Amino acid sequence: MEPLVQKTLVTGSAEAKSSSRSPVSTGGGLRQYHGRQRLREGLIHAFLAVNGYLAIFLIALIFLFLFKEGFQALKTVQPLQWIGHKTLDFDGREVFRFIWQPLSSTPKYSLMPLLSGSFLVALPATLLSTVIGIGCGVYLAELASPRVRELLKPVVELLAGIPTVVIGFLALSVLASVVQSVFHTQFRLNAFVGALGVSLVIIPVIASMTEDALRAVPNELREASYGLGATRWETLSRVILPAGISGISASILLGMGRALGETMIVLMATGNAAVFTADIFSSVRTMTATIAAELGSAAQGSEVYYALFFVGSVLFTLTFLINLVSEIVVERMRRRLRL
Amino acid sequence: MKLGRNIVGVFFEGLCRGCALLVCVAVLAILGFIFVKGAGSISWDFLSTAPSDGMTHGGIFPAIFGTVAITLLMIVMALPLGVAAAVYLNEYAGRGRGARFIRAAINNLAGVPSIVFGLFGVGFFVLFVGRNLDRVLQTGLLFGQPAMLWAAATLAVLVLPVIIVTTEEALKAVPLSHREAAYGLGATRWQMIRRVVLPQALPGILTGAILSISRGAGETAPILFTGAAYFLPRLPVTKLFGAIPMINPLDQFMELAYHIFIMATQSTNVELTRPIQYGTALVLLALTFTLNLGAILMRIRFRRKLRRA
Amino acid sequence: MNTAPAIAPQPDKIEVQSLDYFYGTEQALFGVSMDIPDKQVTAIIGPSGCGKSTLIKAINRIGEISNDIRIHGDVRLDGASVYGKSVNLVELRRRVGMVFQKPNPFPKSILENVLFGPKLHGVKDRDRLEEIAETSLHKAALWNEVKDKLNKSAMELSGGQQQRLCIARALAVDPEVLLMDEPCSALDPIGTARIEETIEVLKDQYCIVIVTHNMQQAARVSQSTAFFMKGKIIEYDDTEKIFTTPAEKLTEDYITGRFG
Ligand SMILES: Nc1ncnc2c1ncn2[C@@H]1O[C@H](COP(=O)(O)OP(=O)(O)O)[C@@H](O)[C@H]1O
Ligand SMILES: [Mg+2]
Repeated sequence: MEPLVQKTLVTGSAEAKSSSRSPVSTGGGLRQYHGRQRLREGLIHAFLAVNGYLAIFLIALIFLFLFKEGFQALKTVQPLQWIGHKTLDFDGREVFRFIWQPLSSTPKYSLMPLLSGSFLVALPATLLSTVIGIGCGVYLAELASPRVRELLKPVVELLAGIPTVVIGFLALSVLASVVQSVFHTQFRLNAFVGALGVSLVIIPVIASMTEDALRAVPNELREASYGLGATRWETLSRVILPAGISGISASILLGMGRALGETMIVLMATGNAAVFTADIFSSVRTMTATIAAELGSAAQGSEVYYALFFVGSVLFTLTFLINLVSEIVVERMRRRLRL
Repeated sequence: MKLGRNIVGVFFEGLCRGCALLVCVAVLAILGFIFVKGAGSISWDFLSTAPSDGMTHGGIFPAIFGTVAITLLMIVMALPLGVAAAVYLNEYAGRGRGARFIRAAINNLAGVPSIVFGLFGVGFFVLFVGRNLDRVLQTGLLFGQPAMLWAAATLAVLVLPVIIVTTEEALKAVPLSHREAAYGLGATRWQMIRRVVLPQALPGILTGAILSISRGAGETAPILFTGAAYFLPRLPVTKLFGAIPMINPLDQFMELAYHIFIMATQSTNVELTRPIQYGTALVLLALTFTLNLGAILMRIRFRRKLRRA
Repeated sequence: MNTAPAIAPQPDKIEVQSLDYFYGTEQALFGVSMDIPDKQVTAIIGPSGCGKSTLIKAINRIGEISNDIRIHGDVRLDGASVYGKSVNLVELRRRVGMVFQKPNPFPKSILENVLFGPKLHGVKDRDRLEEIAETSLHKAALWNEVKDKLNKSAMELSGGQQQRLCIARALAVDPEVLLMDEPCSALDPIGTARIEETIEVLKDQYCIVIVTHNMQQAARVSQSTAFFMKGKIIEYDDTEKIFTTPAEKLTEDYITGRFG
């Protein structure tokens, strides 16, 4: 039978001899081809590399650009001004106040109301979603029959797929009225309504990550526990949950990051009053909503414009750190489960 | 003793079951509510005409058109770039420190708030790229203003990590043994990728693409200032060479998600236009759900196939 | 002692010359020298982790696709170094086919699997492709079982059939050498027997190197056998001699099952 491709393998034996003595490393470029094949492989490699670097460049650019613009704000706005400003109260005493009013004649740039607003929404939302999300994840991973799981999982994923503007719309038009009639709140739109809406976004995140974390726990552990006479719940609470705890913690962190970054729901449902408060039934304004509400009227290059980029940088840094920690936690879990 | 153990278990298991039930009820309630309230508004006219009477009557056709147009433009920009980047990262870049760092950065970017992308879109695409294009090309104020092109580019950057991550997952799922087999038969690296890896990864890649489209169609924050318009008396189309109609990427556009936001918060008569709001929400939900359902079904099939392989 | 056993009349197809093989910093082979004759079956036996797979993957250089490796020494095919500067890896792997431990058919049809290699190498003619498919499947003793379902998915075949499909797939690119890394370890006795029959038929046309855990299998199918331990070659001789009167105590201990 004739060979399909006829080519000689090695051209010079002198070359081969010389290589037989020296160590050969195959770290990368040694995968050799010939002629046209080599050209084609090289071109494809180059094309893909360009795309790879372009994507990475774009991603790096977001980071750089945001901070470059945000940094501009630091040139004119003093560090203390980001916290608050001194002013005189009615009795003529000097007081320190936390006000965000970038468009007034003497602009005030206190981030405190925005931070308090963001956390007043994000913390309750995370708390609520943690309880419901973990419960749901545990049910999906350990309790539901395969058929129920096949049905329920898409439902959870569908929830994750609802556009946030729709949730914000429902929070604004329906949920807010319900909350007001139940809790008799002063403001129809407040942090609590926003938190409820945001929960709907992060429950699926926590639920599906919890499920993944629990299902990654090796079956041998379950068998060992059952083998020792533990009930299903004992196995779950003493063996499986502890084994999956890193993944679950990571999901909570990730959910919190999402809650801090959520824009449309809080923009529509929290009332958008930039007040520094710890009252969950007060109208608040988050960092995200501030950017969304004020960027439209900020002229490029103005102080407000840069101040909004500064808020963006703070927000980015916060969520980035939270995501980073969550990633480290997940990585640790992976390593531990492999051991 | 035995009884006590069981009671605790029954209680907590019931709690978990209750949580799952609550989620189901919430999903059904949201969907049902939007459907019941919105179905009355849906008619052929609603879907095919433009808003009228100061946006208190009429349909939402321009918003549907804009949504479809911008997501198409977005995916055209993001998919080739994202897939090629993922192939490069997974098949060529190796597993060194640099590659690991990049992967972590990309993963992390998927969690960056969408409003941050909006900031980036305005500052970078509209004001930096656009204005500089105008200056260099002497086009007055053509590129340097909010437009579908910039909104789509912003969304493209937003979904880029999603596409890269899902594509990489799909590529990783192709077993080493298949790669070895291809190399063992004398395939070059690209032949191996094209004939063995990509075909197997395709459903996974498509799933990521559909999810990205759905994500892009549902996002509002990134387009607030990069190109979405409150109301446009015309569709963002132009005639190429004066004859062939095409989407005009330099025009602004109406969009479903943005339309809901505007109508619910800034319209002159919020209560009067509720039916329009619910109708729009229903259309947006139907659109994203069809896409998500498609993605979910595709992923289930993909996983099943992988399990068999 | 490490030269070809006298039984082989043909010149040596493969020469492994004092080969050291490193995965990163971990050394897996230590100065292995071994001449492998053409047109016969050479078996490699030894406890797991002794470097059997590493050795045969060094021959077609497939070990380096997923690992960062380093070597000293050389491997020669028909007298020419496979680690030479101008070696075309694609061509090398076409000439040196490989069958892996676990059957690894592509999730494609049976026909597409067999023709994967020929299509890679530019065979377009339909008649020619058909002919290649049929001869390859015949050689792998699979033709009769699959001739009516060539367009069915390869994943529907049994494990043994899948492995023979992988053999057919390797044969379809017309290799000169066939490397088999424990090809039967994932198969039941019937599947194993069929593969051994296939090897028996193929051995007159190819240089076959088979790694096996199964001593009886080595004795049944091979003409020469090399015994490895801890990355070193302990004994290499005619199979009959290895299994009846081994020269080394270690070999004797191993084949009589005193360890491993
Ligand atoms: N990819 C790898 N990376 C690092 N070490 C490896 C790798 N593959 C094999 N080894 C090491 O090389 C030695 C020989 O392995 P191998 O050739 O697979 O043995 P065998 O096939 O005889 O069971 C073992 O000690 C193993 O741990
Ligand atoms: Mg092995």
